[in-house]
Amino acid sequence: MDKEFTSVMIPTSLHKKIEEAIKGTDVTSVSSYVTKILREKLSQGKASDEVFSREDEEKVKERLKALGYID
Amino acid sequence: MIQPHGGKLVDRVLRGEERKDALEKAGSLPTLRLDEELISDVENIATGVYSPLEGFLDEADFLNVLNHKRLSDDTAWTIPIVLDVTEDQATIFKVGRDILLADAAGRPVGVLRLQEKYRFDREEMASKVYGTTDRCHPGVARTFGLKDVFLGGPVDLIDIVPTPFDRYKLNPRETRVLFKEKGWKTVVGFQTRNTPHIGHEYVQKTAMTFTDGIFVNPVIGRKKKGDFKDEVILASYEELIKNYYLKERAVMAILQMEMRYAGPREAIHHAIIRKNFGCTHIIIGRDHAGVGTYYPPYAAQDIFEEFPDLGIVPLFFRSFYYCKKCQSVVNEKICPHPASDQIQFSGTKIRDLLVKGVIPPAELMRPEVAEVIMKFENPFNE
Repeated sequence: MDKEFTSVMIPTSLHKKIEEAIKGTDVTSVSSYVTKILREKLSQGKASDEVFSREDEEKVKERLKALGYID
Repeated sequence: MIQPHGGKLVDRVLRGEERKDALEKAGSLPTLRLDEELISDVENIATGVYSPLEGFLDEADFLNVLNHKRLSDDTAWTIPIVLDVTEDQATIFKVGRDILLADAAGRPVGVLRLQEKYRFDREEMASKVYGTTDRCHPGVARTFGLKDVFLGGPVDLIDIVPTPFDRYKLNPRETRVLFKEKGWKTVVGFQTRNTPHIGHEYVQKTAMTFTDGIFVNPVIGRKKKGDFKDEVILASYEELIKNYYLKERAVMAILQMEMRYAGPREAIHHAIIRKNFGCTHIIIGRDHAGVGTYYPPYAAQDIFEEFPDLGIVPLFFRSFYYCKKCQSVVNEKICPHPASDQIQFSGTKIRDLLVKGVIPPAELMRPEVAEVIMKFENPFNE
């Protein structure tokens, strides 16, 4: 099964700039470059919204204490 | 705190009424007995170590992992986590029906919500995951030994199977609370399947200079012949940490998981797992998760270029050695002296000395660590 792809529009001038920028690098195409940048951008600035209830966290702390990880 | 991989820490551990209910229904379900490695995978899925995986891969994710090193939703994932069964077993199990997952003694471990059964190509799997189909490669040999059909679907954990190393076992929720309690905002993860020599210590302490703490995370589980036994690795690290690390800056807990020796792909896998544990950084050294000469020495570092969205920061290290001229541990980037001045941290050399009952020179291994290893009658896997 192959990955599905779709098209997005970017200005021709930007496309040309990217073509120039990736010459001589490991990046093989403008599409690869744009994919890489977008993945990077989308992954930035996400802090964990992990929430423990106080009760759960206390239980975990008890175990950590019992195992000697915290005092 | 760093976000878990895929955005959510998976929790599929059954508790209270849900667990009771699962146990009551267990008797009426078809049973599949799992080996220790698959049980570890079930636990790792359910406790969030493998987040965002909720179960064993379905075919779409499996093929996407092979072909693109990503799940179908584009989340980075490089190692297929799969459950194999024989043709005969596959015939018994029906899609849409639950399967009781049990240990070798038949004790309930979890439930697989079977969504899919599919066949796979061993040659393709080996070639894409390991970069070779040479059956001398332990991961390739294991791939060719897989049964014919994969089962895909979410799993729920009923009970964790006890091991001799439970005292060192923490799940990602626990490590995240631990790091928070210690006040660590940055944590570097160190993956290991070896006893520590001075080179390891130097790498760890260099990384610790830039982070609040270190999470030493030995892999416990099936390894290849000649590797140190799990109990030896743990005892040697305990000794090192006790004598040479600040208590408030270093913790150790195990990762129960089979080593696959997939080199670059496994380096990404290791990074994802440490991210789920709450690490912001991971140490990637020379030939990380490699075996023999199957991978170029720094391929496991180069592959990170393909994953700008990984979230965890890799810290790349060259090989360290002791330089007689510099009189310190150095690497090729910082030491101008010739090979004749270098003492390499050769695992084989250290091993040979230990086998002969000789304490390695202090430039290679801490004497306390060597003494602990030598207390074991046979410290190596047979």
